[in-house]
Amino acid sequence: MGDDGYFVGLDIGAVTTKAVIVDTAKGILASFVKKTGADLEGSANEAFEEALKRAGLSREEIRSITATGFGRKSVPFAQETVTEISCHSRGCYHYFPQEITVVDIGGQDNKIIRLNAEGKRVGFKINRKCAAGTGAFLEEMAYRLDIPLGDLDGLARSSSNAAEIGSYCTVFTATEVLDRIRRGEKIEEIVRGLFLSVVKRVSEMGTFSGRVIVTGGVVAFNPIVAELLSLRSGKEVEIAPHPQEMGAFGAALFALERAQKIPPS
Amino acid sequence: MSEKELRRKEIKAAGDLKRVMSDYYYRMDRISRGEEEGKIAWCSSVGPAELLRAFGFEVYYPENHGATLGATRTAMDYIPLANAIGYSPEICSYLTSDVGSYLKGETPLSRLYPGIESVPKPDLLAYNTNQCRDVQEWFEFYGREFDVPVVGINSPRALVEVRDIDIANVVGQLKAMIPTLEEVSGQKFDIDGFKESLRLSRRCSELWGELLGLAKHLPSPWTFFDGTIHMGPAVCLRGTQEAIDYYELLKRELKERIESGVAAVDGERFRLYWEGMPIWGKLRDLSEQFSELRACVVVSTYCNSWIFSAFDEKNPFESMAQAYTEIFINRAERVKEEYIERMVREYQVDGIIFHDSRTCPNNSNARYSMPQRLEKRLGLPCLVIDADLNDLRCYSEEQTRTNIEALIEQLEEIRG
Repeated sequence: MGDDGYFVGLDIGAVTTKAVIVDTAKGILASFVKKTGADLEGSANEAFEEALKRAGLSREEIRSITATGFGRKSVPFAQETVTEISCHSRGCYHYFPQEITVVDIGGQDNKIIRLNAEGKRVGFKINRKCAAGTGAFLEEMAYRLDIPLGDLDGLARSSSNAAEIGSYCTVFTATEVLDRIRRGEKIEEIVRGLFLSVVKRVSEMGTFSGRVIVTGGVVAFNPIVAELLSLRSGKEVEIAPHPQEMGAFGAALFALERAQKIPPS
Repeated sequence: MSEKELRRKEIKAAGDLKRVMSDYYYRMDRISRGEEEGKIAWCSSVGPAELLRAFGFEVYYPENHGATLGATRTAMDYIPLANAIGYSPEICSYLTSDVGSYLKGETPLSRLYPGIESVPKPDLLAYNTNQCRDVQEWFEFYGREFDVPVVGINSPRALVEVRDIDIANVVGQLKAMIPTLEEVSGQKFDIDGFKESLRLSRRCSELWGELLGLAKHLPSPWTFFDGTIHMGPAVCLRGTQEAIDYYELLKRELKERIESGVAAVDGERFRLYWEGMPIWGKLRDLSEQFSELRACVVVSTYCNSWIFSAFDEKNPFESMAQAYTEIFINRAERVKEEYIERMVREYQVDGIIFHDSRTCPNNSNARYSMPQRLEKRLGLPCLVIDADLNDLRCYSEEQTRTNIEALIEQLEEIRG
């Protein structure tokens, strides 16, 4: 087999599970995203199988699997686990090999990771035990406002004013939003205010240095978050390639590195 | 040997620790039931214990009970009861779990020491706000409940330097307690008795310091998690011969470990500093996680807080005031940082974990940007964990584990 073969990264997030398959040239052959649900192992397995199908590969052709994310310990068929902090760093540094700050806005948590020019981690921060400022917050608000999740980005863009959302707390924010509606404020201004609230929560977590790269599912579907983050921080904020699959991609790179360290049998 | 057994190396002296602590609790129980002569004083953990012992009081520490409620994970049954009578979930969860257990009429001591039905009843309560003001309100609650005197020292706080004026202030407050202590104990103040309890306390403290210092050895013979268990006598029995005897025993065992090259964590790769309170309900889980990652928490602010080097029986009041005022928790950020920096060097620490304990702001040093300053100055990673000493509603298992794992990955990356 020599230096051939394929490598898989599985990112079992609290909300979605992502699978990415790469080759030795670190190119992505296929990826798959699905809801995680309650069966973490089943979900990882399904995402893996679907990605294989898309790549036209069989399990036997996979040399190494690395699992990451909230459910990383629930994947018995993975050869190693690496935290999502390292995977997002590894994935982003592949595309931006310089001093960067990775801002990952996930379904259930946010991370700020600072890497130096050599790609070594200088520091990291995961949000406190609270879903404010995460994808779960936006999902809850879309539900309260009875707006399809996919319409949020477009709605927010249709207004240049953002309603002031002051609360730290998702539950209190829901009450605040209802109060805005009662006072007759425009729905698009409220939605823009909700995105701004996400950006505020993220900005409070830490400082940025170098190029700022955003990853995660929230920004994949709501690029407005990167734009608002840029406005707020006064820095250019770039969305990573395939932001939602960045953790899984980083995990696949770890799988590749791991396999290359072990002499093929 | 199973993987689990490999991970946790039991300290043999633990059997003696159990005996020492159970003698202590049963003695207080007999006094409390009127089966043995004596009086009981409740004391805050860094309160004026030596002065109380000089009057013959047996000294009970509600904070030790708080830690027991946390470690036995019963705190969560009781905290809501205290919340319901107006003690906020935002204040000390030792206080709320302890008050809650009192309201419910239960104590984990009953399970640990069969036959004990309740904590010993106080004849007097004595606090020192050198650690926080919560102890004062906590003791005032029991003062009302038991209708007994509450005496205390309101210490000058957050000091850069401990000045003569501060010592004079605390000495004045210590001396002002004496008439109440005499009245409740029925004993006249005896300076020689005070000097003796201070001498014993200093010896205990020296031994405790020496024991903690053994973790400077590579690999360390014990961990912060062991320390949190074995510190019982340093807290509850300082000022007595029993504590000294126990620590002599423990010292022999740990020295043997060093001589025979036994590491607390097999294949120790990284050495860490734990800043802040223990997360009592998660000690075992965390200790196992660190062992699996082959990281040893070798030094902590918490365990080091019971080293009182200033005690000097030749100058009992002043040295006691000095010892209890100069403690880490009572100092300005600048002093705390210098202390941590010194420990990092002495213990060859690779990274620092700051536990930001939701209900214990005074023991949480991540709130004025200290981790960021230390990270820059020392060039080593500082991780902040958001949790709590007792209130597990403030604890996220997965987030904590991921944070710790990511810290170790970062250390691996640094080492290359």
